[in-house]
Amino acid sequence: MEITEKMVAKTATKLSAEEIQKGKVLSVKWTPKLKYAWDNGPAIGRYLAELKNGKIIAKTCDKCHRIMIPPRMFCELCWVPTGEWVYVKDTGIVNTWVVSYVDWKAGRLDIKGGVRPFTPAVIEIDGASKGMGILHHLNEVDPWKITRGMKVKAVWKPPEERTGSITDIKYFKPIK
Amino acid sequence: MRKVAIIGAGITKFYRNVQETPKELAFEATKMALDSCEMKLSDIDCVVHGTAPDAFDGVHMKGEYLSDGSGAYRKPYMRHYVGGGTGVMSPIHGWFHVASGMFDTCLVVAEEKMSSAYPHPAGAFLTIFDHTTEQALFPTLIWIFAIEMNRFMTTYGYKKEDIALVAVKNKKNAMDHPSAQLGAEITVKDVLDSEVMAWPVNRLDISPTSDGAACILLAAEHVARRVTEKPIWIDGVGWALDSAYWTTRDLYYPDYVEVASRQAYKMAGIKEPSKEIHIAEPYDPFTYKELHHIEGLGLCKRGGSVQMLLDGVTQRTGNLPCCPSGGALGVGNPIAATGLMKVIEIFLQLRGEAGKRQVPGRPTCGLAQAWGDLMQVGTVVVMRS
Repeated sequence: MEITEKMVAKTATKLSAEEIQKGKVLSVKWTPKLKYAWDNGPAIGRYLAELKNGKIIAKTCDKCHRIMIPPRMFCELCWVPTGEWVYVKDTGIVNTWVVSYVDWKAGRLDIKGGVRPFTPAVIEIDGASKGMGILHHLNEVDPWKITRGMKVKAVWKPPEERTGSITDIKYFKPIK
Repeated sequence: MRKVAIIGAGITKFYRNVQETPKELAFEATKMALDSCEMKLSDIDCVVHGTAPDAFDGVHMKGEYLSDGSGAYRKPYMRHYVGGGTGVMSPIHGWFHVASGMFDTCLVVAEEKMSSAYPHPAGAFLTIFDHTTEQALFPTLIWIFAIEMNRFMTTYGYKKEDIALVAVKNKKNAMDHPSAQLGAEITVKDVLDSEVMAWPVNRLDISPTSDGAACILLAAEHVARRVTEKPIWIDGVGWALDSAYWTTRDLYYPDYVEVASRQAYKMAGIKEPSKEIHIAEPYDPFTYKELHHIEGLGLCKRGGSVQMLLDGVTQRTGNLPCCPSGGALGVGNPIAATGLMKVIEIFLQLRGEAGKRQVPGRPTCGLAQAWGDLMQVGTVVVMRS
């Protein structure tokens, strides 16, 4: 049996944005105000404490010998507890990146008004195992001149402004 | 394990925003599926339901909320959820119930109402990212897809204008789909000139947000042969998750899709998928994803998907039609319902009931695939007539 236009026609009624915005169809609105306090665990807890000191710390696996960032208490590949803490560098290379004209809510940035697009990237951190990247922003670079493999370095907030957060690194910028 | 067949299917119209509630959408799709094979709800032993984040509908424990619409009143009922991969997890979940011998019939329902997250559901995704190391950077889903697309492009030297052909193909295919939200005749230039969202992703590279529902009815062999002359058999199922540490994986290749498809191929006895699969519905929420998945599914060699597209192999009239339905890009993308829409497309194509969308050459073996979570799950179903 074929599924036809006629069969699906009455299954759903299309609403236009205007009908909703002007209240032509009644709807109930709710803006949740949820609050959470997320515990970070020992691995990310130490990672954040080190970020506050202006350092990036990783953890090793004694079995596969990966140096992992972000640090973790167990190796997800070998499925064993991880070993030593190791400091890695605050430099790395661009693995892949984006030139974004939208924010997290899909809201549009005022690019024509001169707002710089967001340029989030996966950055492979020097000193960690190959391919070990973190998500962060790039800046102090023309968004259209970012390249795969570009060398970058963390730009830190001044020590007194650091809170123990991934945002203690403001962004990464290109270096030679 | 017992043989399991799809014997009926139903689907609603997909729109950006519909008046019907999620339950009402589920009811419409489920009723159509039962009617399609002249079965009654009293013939049904159990119900499974696929639906993606509760945050879309703003209804916590959405599975329980939806159960009435899915015909689950006082029946064994389970909800499953693996993000965007949910719609193809649905027939797999239903398959367990029947293959195990526990039940003879199972309704498999998938529903999504994304419009409830107002004004746009994108914001609902912030909390899928790691709360400490990623959320503080305010990521959005579009970024991570663009990040993956760029890695895919820079690895193989793929061009945006070539990848854009996926949107041209799928939106055109969707013009023949009765449920379609965005069927259209567009050009590569239209895609390239459309609004930049997060380069390399433009607006026409992305599937829309949608409301909709779909349903299939599964039956054990003895029931299927009694009910229909054209049962479509679920011959292979596979699913796998990769690590949630997505920034430490090489995003150019979806290993988890390969793992899932190998599992499904092994079960279905498929040794050369590019020859034995006649028709495919890989998940295409973004243009590049269709190509990324075609490679992960082993339907071409790694790095070969763009050439396959350029050669017309994946057109409806090609040797391996991909997304003949119009896919998520054209029919629309009510997440879980999209995956099941793809399963329904293969069901109809293998029965020769796809109407204007029917591919030539009487296909006898097809595949549907979906993908989701933090770019980490692959779900695959192989079907035969």
